[in-house]
Amino acid sequence: MPQNEYIERHRKLYGRRLDYEERKRKREAREPKKRAEQARKLRGIKAKLFNKERRNEKIQMKKKIQAHEEKKTKKTEEQPTDGALPVYLLDRDVQSRAKILSNMIKQKRKEKAGKWDVPIPKVKAQADSEVFKVLRSGRTKRKAWKRMVTKVTFVGEGFTRKPPKFERFIRPMALRFNKAHVTHPELKATFHVPIIGVKKNPSSPMYTSLGVITKGTVIEVNISELGLVTQAGKVVWGKYAQVTNNPENDGCINAVLIV
Amino acid sequence: MTDTEMDVDRNKTVLCRFMSEAGEVTGSLLDLPLNITRDKLQLICNALLQQDEILPYIFLVKDKEITGSLDNALDKDNLNTEEVLDIIYQQQAVFRVRPVTRCTSSMPGHAEAVISVRFSPNGRHLASGSGDTTVRLWDIATQTPHMTCNGHRHWVLCIAWSPDSARLASACKNGHIIIWDAESGNQVGRTLSGHKQWVTSLSWEPYHKNPDCRLLASSSKDGDIRIWDTVLGTTVRVLAGHTKSVSCVVWGGAGLIYSASQDRTVKVWRAEDGVLCRTLDGHAHWVNSLALNCDYILRIGPCNPITNPHGTGNDKLSLQKEAEKNYQTIVREAGERLVSGSDDFTLFLWHPEKEKKPIARMTGHQQLINSVQFSPDARYFASASFDKSIKLWDGRTGKFLATFRGHVQAVYMVGWSPDSRLLVSGSADSTLKVWSMKTLKLELDLPGHADEVFAVDWAPDGMRVASGGKDKVLKLWQN
Repeated sequence: MPQNEYIERHRKLYGRRLDYEERKRKREAREPKKRAEQARKLRGIKAKLFNKERRNEKIQMKKKIQAHEEKKTKKTEEQPTDGALPVYLLDRDVQSRAKILSNMIKQKRKEKAGKWDVPIPKVKAQADSEVFKVLRSGRTKRKAWKRMVTKVTFVGEGFTRKPPKFERFIRPMALRFNKAHVTHPELKATFHVPIIGVKKNPSSPMYTSLGVITKGTVIEVNISELGLVTQAGKVVWGKYAQVTNNPENDGCINAVLIV
Repeated sequence: MTDTEMDVDRNKTVLCRFMSEAGEVTGSLLDLPLNITRDKLQLICNALLQQDEILPYIFLVKDKEITGSLDNALDKDNLNTEEVLDIIYQQQAVFRVRPVTRCTSSMPGHAEAVISVRFSPNGRHLASGSGDTTVRLWDIATQTPHMTCNGHRHWVLCIAWSPDSARLASACKNGHIIIWDAESGNQVGRTLSGHKQWVTSLSWEPYHKNPDCRLLASSSKDGDIRIWDTVLGTTVRVLAGHTKSVSCVVWGGAGLIYSASQDRTVKVWRAEDGVLCRTLDGHAHWVNSLALNCDYILRIGPCNPITNPHGTGNDKLSLQKEAEKNYQTIVREAGERLVSGSDDFTLFLWHPEKEKKPIARMTGHQQLINSVQFSPDARYFASASFDKSIKLWDGRTGKFLATFRGHVQAVYMVGWSPDSRLLVSGSADSTLKVWSMKTLKLELDLPGHADEVFAVDWAPDGMRVASGGKDKVLKLWQN
């Protein structure tokens, strides 16, 4: 058994071999070649172990290089973005809320004129023959005064059907809708909100009164859950939206909020 | 009513004695008629206390305020005329702030949302920090822009006036703090940088500790609190100990620094050597804000809304003495009280100088509490919550007093009028609302902002209210 640190002692007393540094350098220079040879030669479990070790080594190496690079490069400062928030909202994920919608006076004026800047300005007129299907009645089916609406309709909550004798227009239950997918154009977000009423169907005032919803129809929707407020601090709940799809083909109503 | 009935009514008396809020009996027993009015009680009370001039008081009988006459406030069915009735008197501010009623000016200028608004302690300057990276100083007299301070490179998150009103500190989202001169709008000294993330709040050393206003404490998202020497532009001390973002820092008047953090604790540090004195545990979620009962007194420093509203006087030592006296009157009875509001929907009232245990835990809010504020007379504190309500609590015991409902969206901030009789609140529903402490109801609704109101501040002299928000304008409100 060797006693004490005799090698160290010898080194201290007599120093290293004269060519020690050079031999060391050469040995280190040969190291990659040696390793490569080993990597090529090893098979089976030994190769596996070797590769695993080598992989870990490489990861450590890369981390070290990265750390050094970080020290060298000057940090670029964060640039200010839009939508400044106070400190107390910074750590909370606040959804970007819509700006206050156009002011109420403007909206009232538009309402009076019955005109809106709508997303779809030109709407294909719906012919009566397309919207209504004639239902023949009477014992010999001679009478043809009954109509069935073949488009999607909105029927108010308290509506009761009239007795068959007086019911001129039938609005089938399957085509009644009371919710719409409304997109807020500024927020670029879509909400599934209840419909309040049909404001205008451009094809005909009769369609409006019947609540027929086709492409281009302006509907009033309940957007209270969006959390918009007026300037006076009241919650906005009724807002107009224009239908952008053909509900009778798609089975849903898609609309864009008019702001 | 006949004469005899009148006589009977007049003869109905009750044995009373006056008692201060702290429970000290003043004067001897008095035989007072039941129909005595508040004004007369006031005269008696002033005479008993031997005041030179007549001071306003409110009187409470069994926690009920006497508004008309004594018999209105009494529960006649359970009245025992044999017993002595304790009438508690509370002195009110001798001046009265009139409620703000109208918007006197909307000052555009900022190119981004206004995040912070603050009046200077002497009420002469108004500053605002915004998302457009500038701090702006406004001329209150003419209600026009005065100066624009450019220097920050990110949103200016918080601003704080030094108690002597000579300088303004502002901090941005990059973590830099800049000190500005209030008169010229120029930067003083160099930019204080050291925080690794954004700065969440700033607090100056109280005036009565050092009238030179040299030291400033700042808390940051990176979990550190730094104390800066604003003259040399160096960090004096770093108080590390919080494990998460520090949300609020307050420099108390007793030489302690209080800090609230998202790691659910409130920590108390000694200011002179930075030793952590105690950790106040109790909250179950982030602690959002802190308020001290002497906040207002520390804020106004050498000023006094009655005798010396602008804090003028050349002798710093006498001003310091004045500030010290004001501070002592507030903390004499109860000491420094701290209230903390948290994300766990509760508030805690602490006695941070002495003990780790809370005095009271206050529940009732249904959403997180964003801000708490003590009234200037330290009698109440109000908490603003995201559940759209503001709640009022007793400043001594933490007893629930009232809920103010009326906002339709989250309430962000509240501000007290200097006489503690009114409260203003700013909300996400774009309105400000003024609440009265007398009726415990909505006094006034102030619509006008086009979008969320982020910051609101009542001037220390009580003349006006400033508010700023997402619609980029700063609004001034007056009566």
